[in-house]
Amino acid sequence: MAPRVGRRTFAKRVGAAALAAALPMPAIAEDKPIKIGLLTVKTGPLAQGGIQMEQGTNLFLKHRGHKLAGRKAELVVGDTGGNPAGTKTKAQELIERDHVDFIVGPLAAFELLAISDYVAQHKCPILSLAAAEDMTQRKPNPYFVRASGTSAQAMHPLADYAAKELKYKSVITVTEDFAFGYEQMGGFQRVFEDAGGKLAKKLWPPIVTPDYTPYLAQLSGVDAVVSGFAGSNPLKFMKQYKDQGLTLPIIAGSVAMDDALLKSFGDEAVGTISCSGYTADLDTPSNKKFVEGMVADYGNIPGIYAAGLYMSGMVAEAALEKTGGKTDDKEAFIAAMRGVSLTDTPRGPFHFDHLGNVIGNAFIRRCERKDGKLVNTTIKTYKDVGQFWTFDEKWFLAQPVYSRDYPPLKG
Amino acid sequence: MNLWLLAANSIAFGGLLFLLSAGFALIFGLMRIPNLTHGSLFMLGAYFGVSLISWGVGFWLAALAGGVGVAVLGGLIERLLLRRLPGAELAQVLVTLGLSFMIADACLMQWGGDPISIETPAALRGASRVAGVAFPTYRLGVIVIAVAFAVVLWAMLERTRLGAMIRAGVDDPMMARAVGIRVPLLFTLVFCLGSGLAGFAGVIGGPILSVYPGLDQDMLPLALVVVILGGSGSLVGAFVGSFVVGVLYNFGQALLPELAYVVLFLPMLVVLVVRPAGLFGRSSP
Amino acid sequence: MRRLAALGSLLLALGLLASLPAWIGNSYYVNIASQVLLYAVFALGLNVIVGYAGLVSLGHAGLFGIAAYSGAILITAGYGHFVAIAGALVVTLGVAALFAVLALRGTGLGFVMITVALGQIVWGVAYRWISLTNGDNGVSITSRPAPFGLSLVDANPFYWATLVVFLVAVAAIAIFVASPFGASLRGTRDQPRRMNALGYNVWLIRFLAFLFSGLWSGVAGLLFLYYNQFVSPQTVALTASAEVLLMVISGGTATLLGPIAGALLVVIMKNVASGYIERWNFVLGAIFVAIVIFMPEGLVPGSLRLWRWATRRRRQHPAGPAAMAPVPHGSINGGAQ
Repeated sequence: MAPRVGRRTFAKRVGAAALAAALPMPAIAEDKPIKIGLLTVKTGPLAQGGIQMEQGTNLFLKHRGHKLAGRKAELVVGDTGGNPAGTKTKAQELIERDHVDFIVGPLAAFELLAISDYVAQHKCPILSLAAAEDMTQRKPNPYFVRASGTSAQAMHPLADYAAKELKYKSVITVTEDFAFGYEQMGGFQRVFEDAGGKLAKKLWPPIVTPDYTPYLAQLSGVDAVVSGFAGSNPLKFMKQYKDQGLTLPIIAGSVAMDDALLKSFGDEAVGTISCSGYTADLDTPSNKKFVEGMVADYGNIPGIYAAGLYMSGMVAEAALEKTGGKTDDKEAFIAAMRGVSLTDTPRGPFHFDHLGNVIGNAFIRRCERKDGKLVNTTIKTYKDVGQFWTFDEKWFLAQPVYSRDYPPLKG
Repeated sequence: MNLWLLAANSIAFGGLLFLLSAGFALIFGLMRIPNLTHGSLFMLGAYFGVSLISWGVGFWLAALAGGVGVAVLGGLIERLLLRRLPGAELAQVLVTLGLSFMIADACLMQWGGDPISIETPAALRGASRVAGVAFPTYRLGVIVIAVAFAVVLWAMLERTRLGAMIRAGVDDPMMARAVGIRVPLLFTLVFCLGSGLAGFAGVIGGPILSVYPGLDQDMLPLALVVVILGGSGSLVGAFVGSFVVGVLYNFGQALLPELAYVVLFLPMLVVLVVRPAGLFGRSSP
Repeated sequence: MRRLAALGSLLLALGLLASLPAWIGNSYYVNIASQVLLYAVFALGLNVIVGYAGLVSLGHAGLFGIAAYSGAILITAGYGHFVAIAGALVVTLGVAALFAVLALRGTGLGFVMITVALGQIVWGVAYRWISLTNGDNGVSITSRPAPFGLSLVDANPFYWATLVVFLVAVAAIAIFVASPFGASLRGTRDQPRRMNALGYNVWLIRFLAFLFSGLWSGVAGLLFLYYNQFVSPQTVALTASAEVLLMVISGGTATLLGPIAGALLVVIMKNVASGYIERWNFVLGAIFVAIVIFMPEGLVPGSLRLWRWATRRRRQHPAGPAAMAPVPHGSINGGAQ
C-alpha cells in the first residue's frame, strides 16, 4: 500500500499522456489521414447491396466533411467481386499495401468468414454487416464489430410478434438454401415454438431459383408464410406468390422487405409485415439527415446496407474521439469501438455486447402505399434487442449454431 | 402438395424455357457456335423492355422491340466477330464469354444493381382457374406464345424457301454457295434471329423472373440443359427438351429437395453419357 | 551460340523470378505474384487437355476444388499436411479418372457439355453436403505447412514454395509434351482416325492425359487452399472453370508460356487493376474480344508472330501487302472433330 507513490505515478502517467496528446498529435492530424478500407461488391450479382454500402459510406464521410476526430479521413475501396478469394486478396491489399486503420464491410457472410482469421492476425478492426452468427458467438473474432446485427437478431422479435400479437399458430418458412437463411429461420423457430407456435415445414429453395412454383405449391394449411429472402429474390418470390393467387399473409425478415427494395415492388408487397434493425421511417434527427442525404445524392430511400455502413462510420468516429484520433494501439482502438454507446443514430440508440455485436431497437413494420409510394410503417418497436434475445447467453452459446437441421422440425 | 399445379407449371415453365433456348438451339444447331452470350442477350432484352416500358411503350410492343434491338446487336456480333472464326470453337468461347462480361457490366452501369420488376400486362394479371386449379393467367399466355413461336419457326425452317436455303447452307456450305446461295448472309440472319428470340424471351420472362444483375448467369445453364436434353441442332429437340426440363424442374424441386441442385444436371449428364448426341440430335457430334 | 543464349535467358528469367520479392518490396505484390503462379499451374494443367489433346473442359474447377476441399477436410479432421496433400491428390486423381471415363464418351461439344454437367454436380455437392463441406460458409484452415522446417506463413517463403511447385509443373509439362507420349497425344488431337488406324489406343491416350491434367489442377487447388486458407463452393463454380479456360485460350493454347501469360493477365486485372479501374470487368471482357480480333491464336503466339514479322521487315524491307502479318485463319482450333 503506497498511495502517495501510486498517486505520483498516476500523475506522471497522466502528464505523459497529456503531453503525448498535446505534442505529437496535431502533427499526425495534419500529416497522416485516417485510412478507411471499404470491402464491397461493385460487379456481379451482389452489386446491388454492395453499391448501397459504398453510398452509405460516402454519405457518412460527406456529412463529416471527410474529417473524423479532427483527422482527415481517406477512403480506399476494394471490389471483392462477391467471392471469398477476391475478398481475401482485397483485404490483403487494404491491410498490407494501403495500411488502412480499419476495414468496413464486406457484404456477405462467406466473404467475411474467408478473411476473419486473416484480419485477426493483422489486428485490423473490422466493422461488417455480414450477419454470420458465430462471428460474435461461438467463434468470436476479437477485432470484429457489428452495428447491424446477426441473422436471427430481427427474427426473434418477428416470431414473438407473430405468435403474441398476430396470434399465428402455425407457419411455413421459406428462404434461400444457405447459412443466412438457416440462421434466420432457426431463430424464428426457437422463439415461435417457445411461444406455442408450430412450424409445419421449412422450405429451402436454392439461391438461384428462377421459378418458385415448386415451393409455392407447398404453401397451404397454415396461418402465414415466413419469408427470409435476400438480394433480388424477394421481388421474384413475392410477384410469383401473388400471381399464383395465394392469399396467406407473409411476414418477412429484414432484407426480404428492405426499404431500398420497396421501389422495385408492386402491390404484392402491401400488407407484408417485417422486422428489421433499421427502418427508414424512424424519426430521429440523424436518420432524417441520413435519409434526406441518400435521396438527394443517390435518389434512393436507403435500406439496411447503406444504413449499416453509415452507422459503422459513426461507431468508428465515436471510438476515434475517445482515443484522441489514435489508431496505433489496435487493442485500445477496438476496445473503444466496442465501448461506444450512441443515442442518436439512424436506428436510434445502440451499444455493443462484450462480443462486439449490437444491442439496439428492432422495428416491426407494415408495408403500405402512401402517396402512391410503398413505405414500411413502424407499428411496434422492440427496445434493446441483442443477439441472444431473452435467452441466457451461456445457455444460448451451449446450443449448436442455427442450421438447416437445427432446431429440428417437431413431429 | 398440389401436384396438378406442378404439372400445369411444368408446361408453362417449359414454354418460357423454349422461348429462352430456341435461339440458342438454332445458332448451336445450324452454325455449330456455342453462343455463351445467350444469357446476356436474354438479360439485355429484358433491360431494353424495362426502358421501353418506362418510356410509355406497351408491353407487347416493348417485347417485340426488345427482340429487334437484341437481334441487331446479335447481327453486329456475328458480322464483326464470329464471322472471322468459323470452326474455331475456342476463339468463339473466348469472344462470347468476353462479350458476356462486357454486357453484364454495361447493364450494371446503365440500369444499376437494383432488381427491376416488369409489370404483367393488365389483361393477364392474377390467377385463372383451370380444371379447378388456380393458375397464373400470364403463364397461360406464355404457353400460347411458346407454341405459336414453335409452329412459326418450324414452318419457316421446313416449309419456306428461306428455310430450305438455311438448311442447305448448313448441310453443305460449298454446294450451297455453288448454286448461288449467299451463305454468309444466311448465317447473319440466323444469328440475328437466334439473338432476337433471346431478347424477346427476356421481356416475356420479365413479369415472372424480373430483371437483375446475374440474370444472365442464371439463364445460360438452363439453355444448355434444354439444348442437351433436347438434342443439339434441332428445333423440335429444343421444344421437347424445354418441357422435359419443365417437368424435371417442377417435380424434382418439390419432391426431391435433397437433390435440388442436381435435378437438372444429373439427367443432362446421363443423357450425354448414354447418347452423346442428345435425344433428338443428329448422329454427328 | 544459340543454345547458350537460350540457356542464358532461361537463367536470367529464373533469377528474376527467384529474386522477385527483393525488388517488389511490398508483401501484397508478392502475394499477387504467388496467385499468378498458382493460377498458372492450374492453367498449365488445363492446357494439357485443352491445348494438346484438343478437348475443351469447362469442369476443371471441379478437380481444382475437390483437391482444395479434400485437403481442407483432412486438415480439419486433424491429419498432418503430408497426409492431407497426399490424400487430396489421390482423391483428385480418382475423381479425375471418373470424370475422364464419363467425359470421353463425347468429343467436341459433347465433351464440353459433359464437363459442364460434372462441374455443376460437384458444385451442387459442395453446396448441399453441409456435414462434409460446411455449405456456403466454406472450410477454413488455420495453418500452412512447414516443409523442412521452413515456415510458409509469411508472403516471401510462400512465394518461393509456390515458385518451386510452379517450376516443377513447367518442367514436368514440358517433358510430357516433348515425350513420345506427348507426340501421340497431339496425334489424337489432329488425326484421331489415323492414330486409331496406326494401332494407337486413342481413348487410353486421352484418358491418361486427362489424369495428368487433373493432377496439376489438384496441385494448383492445394496451392489455392494454402494461399487462401479457405475454400468454399464458389471455388468450384462454373465461372471458376470458365475463368481458367479463358486464361488458357487468351494466352495461347498448346504453348508452354500461353497459360502463364493468361494467368498473369486475369489475376492482374481482377486483383490489381480492379483497384484503379472501376469497370474492370468490362475492360477484361474487352481485352478478351480484342485478343480474338488481333491475336486469334492467343497472346503468346500472337506476340511472337508480330515480333517475327517486325524483325523480318527490318531485315528485308519487303514492300506491299505481303508484308502484312498474316492472321492465321481459325488458328485457335477446337480441333475436336
